[in-house]
Amino acid sequence: MLEIRNLSFITPEGKTILHDINLSVDGTNEKFVAITGPNGSGKSTLAKIIAGILTPTTGQILLDGVDITGMSITERARNGVTFAFQQPVRFKGITVRDIINIAAGRELSLDEACNYLSEVGLCARDYIDREINESLSGGELKRIEIATAFARSTKLTIFDEPEAGIDLWSFQSLIKVFEKMNRSINGQILIISHQERILSFAQKIILLSAGEIKAYGTGEEVMPLLMGNDAGSLQYECAKRGE
Amino acid sequence: MNMADLSISKDKLDILGKLNVMAENLTGAFSLRVDGSPYAKGSSANVTITAKKDLPGIDIHVKAGTRGEKIHIPVILTQTGIKDLVYNDFYIGENCDVEIVAGCGIHNHGHEDSAHDGIHSFHIGKNARVFYSEKHYGESVPQSGKNIMNPTTIIDIAEGGYMEMDTVQISGVDNTIRKTKGKLGDGAVLKITERIMTDGEQYAETQFEVDLDGADSGTHVISRSVARDNSRQLFISNVNGNNRCSGHTECDAIIMDAASVSAVPKISANSTDASLIHEAAIGKIAGEQLVKLMTLGLTEKEAEDRIINGFIQ
Repeated sequence: MLEIRNLSFITPEGKTILHDINLSVDGTNEKFVAITGPNGSGKSTLAKIIAGILTPTTGQILLDGVDITGMSITERARNGVTFAFQQPVRFKGITVRDIINIAAGRELSLDEACNYLSEVGLCARDYIDREINESLSGGELKRIEIATAFARSTKLTIFDEPEAGIDLWSFQSLIKVFEKMNRSINGQILIISHQERILSFAQKIILLSAGEIKAYGTGEEVMPLLMGNDAGSLQYECAKRGE
Repeated sequence: MNMADLSISKDKLDILGKLNVMAENLTGAFSLRVDGSPYAKGSSANVTITAKKDLPGIDIHVKAGTRGEKIHIPVILTQTGIKDLVYNDFYIGENCDVEIVAGCGIHNHGHEDSAHDGIHSFHIGKNARVFYSEKHYGESVPQSGKNIMNPTTIIDIAEGGYMEMDTVQISGVDNTIRKTKGKLGDGAVLKITERIMTDGEQYAETQFEVDLDGADSGTHVISRSVARDNSRQLFISNVNGNNRCSGHTECDAIIMDAASVSAVPKISANSTDASLIHEAAIGKIAGEQLVKLMTLGLTEKEAEDRIINGFIQ
């Protein structure tokens, strides 16, 4: 169970990115929850605050009743939070196998490590000893990032726009990965996405706009706000911020 | 000759271990130099190792067509105050495919400086392949003298020959000037990988100079280094494309603390068919790399170590 209480984030320049967010995501019935909303609505900021990468100006975050607000990134990771980056990081000299082992917290056998890559549709033996550097495409990096999150299999996994920056072909197979994940997960997944396909199988959708939660409900409840009636109001919010 | 004949003490074996040389490697064709003097050497059916008559050092002759043989020629200094200078010449016959493991380890427990200058000349025959690795390692006690190593490697590769040089200096060398010169014939290829880490007040200087004289010759020089504390590094490379050839040098450095790193690349094309590239990048560890590894459960220090170890391994 993830709880967020009265959380706000104001930049050092005084700009409010998130305003008084209150949220309670039930870990039993709401295992696959999507966060959506216009660009600049504060989605990534919220995800980074949960992962400990950004510090909120005010508010509290609780995971299974434990207040994690004051914990470092490392402590949160060790207490069950995983964050998959929107733009995966490249390294020189760290291989795919290395990062999967770090994620798993132990030296995996070749078969175990390869299984995680196969899960995301990569031909494992072609990738396992490759460096996570410029030689990998955006789509390949994205899949490795997701495989790394699989290898951690923590209580809470946050994906920040897994569809961003990948080609359409990769996207189609990525959707399948998330569909499968949705069916088989043990922990809880928060996924930031603009993609209707991903939103369509989320058990709950959080709609953020201009730093506030505009809606939190099932797809049936929230999707119409995105598609029809309230689209105008979102456009208005964007226009208001000059986007 | 077997190990019992060599009677190497444990402390010497420990330093040899740091150079990736085990006792069992000192059989067949090998040479071990200790504290400025030849200690033991051997030859095999295809590889002859003989002492030079006029200079300190050895000549290594590898018969044409020799394949799969591995030759170890480590040097160790265990007494303080030794200034060792050695000339080793390698004559690699045509169509060979051999591996040579060199390296120098210094254990300096006294107040004087210990120094080793090794001048290695390679004469690589037509279509021969050589994999050459050298590791430089030093260890000291507090207030001991400096560990100084100045290796010079001169490489001449005949038509169709190939040499790969893997050079590593990770720890304990206070002062080093490392010079490597290559001269390549038609179709010859020289690949050099250098990995250096300096800390404390150490200074490391690298000078690469490669003449791509032959048609379709090529070189690829990769230098990766980490400079910590107050250490200083200077990387100079000079690649001359004198024919239809390709050259690529990459200098990548991570800088930390109060260290300083300079990269001075030079590429000169003296033929319109020469294709030369130089890349140099110096910077601190990217914050996002640290954050990524921390989100996987590592502490900041563990993440930093992991990034550095990956970078120079």
